[in-house]
Amino acid sequence: MKHLLATEGMGAATATAVLDTAAQLKQTLLGREVRKLPTLRGRTVITMFYENSTRTRVSFEIAGKWMSADVVNVSSGGSSVGKGESLRDTAQTLAAAGADCVIIRHPASGAAHRLAEWLKDTGTSVVNAGDGMHEHPTQALLDAATLRERLGDLENKRVGIVGDVLHSRVARSNVHLLTTLGARVVLVAPPTLLPTHVDRWPVTVSHTIDAELPTLDAVMMLRVQAERMHGGFFPSAREYSIAYGMNERRLNLLPDDAVVLHPGPMLRGMEISAAVADSPRAAIIQQVSNGVHVRMAVLYHLLAHEEEVA
Amino acid sequence: MAPPNRGATEPAERRELLSAGDVARTVARMAHQVIERTALGAADASPVVLLGIPTRGAPIATRLADRIADFSGVTVPTGVLDVTLYRDDLRRKPTRPLGATALPKTGIDDHLVILVDDVLYSGRTIRAALDALRDVGRPRAVQLAVLVDRGHRELPIRADYVGKNVPTSRTEEVHVLLTEIDDRDAVVLDRRDP
Repeated sequence: MKHLLATEGMGAATATAVLDTAAQLKQTLLGREVRKLPTLRGRTVITMFYENSTRTRVSFEIAGKWMSADVVNVSSGGSSVGKGESLRDTAQTLAAAGADCVIIRHPASGAAHRLAEWLKDTGTSVVNAGDGMHEHPTQALLDAATLRERLGDLENKRVGIVGDVLHSRVARSNVHLLTTLGARVVLVAPPTLLPTHVDRWPVTVSHTIDAELPTLDAVMMLRVQAERMHGGFFPSAREYSIAYGMNERRLNLLPDDAVVLHPGPMLRGMEISAAVADSPRAAIIQQVSNGVHVRMAVLYHLLAHEEEVA
Repeated sequence: MAPPNRGATEPAERRELLSAGDVARTVARMAHQVIERTALGAADASPVVLLGIPTRGAPIATRLADRIADFSGVTVPTGVLDVTLYRDDLRRKPTRPLGATALPKTGIDDHLVILVDDVLYSGRTIRAALDALRDVGRPRAVQLAVLVDRGHRELPIRADYVGKNVPTSRTEEVHVLLTEIDDRDAVVLDRRDP
């Protein structure tokens, strides 16, 4: 693997290899006092975050440090980005400074792909940590890792993705990865929050959450992305919550062993009630800890092998 | 550790070094040596732990523990220690899949740890294993048991228990086959055309 830009087009063998590595890393580090592996000693990983983030940036940083890579964090405020430097110049600067891997979050869809093109002669790997409304592949991988732990093999498992699918890179990455791994995905959302070309996705679509819940093995609640909404996508927060929010009544509609996921950050009381978020059926904290192992696995697959001819 | 996908292509010449019966007798002899060298069961002896190195060191460790229990009545805890993350050749090969790591519940602190592998060659796997051990505890001492020592060491490492010494050339390959993973028990020497 040279870059990790999207889950669309990622083969089942690659996805499974990364997930298996993540599971072994988790097992290896279990109960250890010293959670540090020498694997990426001397390699430099730079995170470039042009959008706010807590868990993604922190878990990439921890993942790099636990693998002994040197991790440098660049944020748009406080760097030359604030002086008007272009993304291309910033990236080439970081590659020239010795980055083996650049992890980028950017509000523009496709930013990570452009970066990978610009850096193709440098040997620097690019990881997409979320680009606009396009993809967030490591989130989908950590969701899949969590689902594998809770449900076993994902073949023919039914996963519902509920809420603001239109603005969600998490939904897009999960649709592609979960279907690649054999799961069947149901999108549950109001028509205003579905992308126009959803009929070309390998999914079924529903507008009524209560009808879907009894047959789901897992349900993934999406955050309502107010920062990307300019206009009325639904009448009010209260109405959205009544129609699509996960609450205790709906939790009881799910089969007993079904899992509730949320990529975070959660808006408690909006798409998910506090009672559901804190219930043992929710895997939200497990998702975060798996995020570190999955990102360690991604760095391992990107950086711990012989040079590939691109 | 020999490559996991052995025999992917047919070698020009294959010679059997140990038959299934030889493998069983060799493991039994190594079990007797471990019992003797570690004074197993004696009141003042350190507790012993066997750690197999994946892939084929793991089943050999289990077999060794079974024979030790047969001969001495002492149950020796076994575990598996994957060393991939500690290797020094990761950037010279395609991505290596990670093996399992499972340490016995007793841990390894103050134990006599015996590392178990199938083939001892350059010694680099054992170097990685020693580094990995340092991260999971502090054994009282570390010993090494291998089914085959084929020479060509690149580091100052030697085995404490050797099933069979096999003089080889670097162009040859030694493969240990075990029923747990392969179709039969045997040790073979393959010669490939350059």
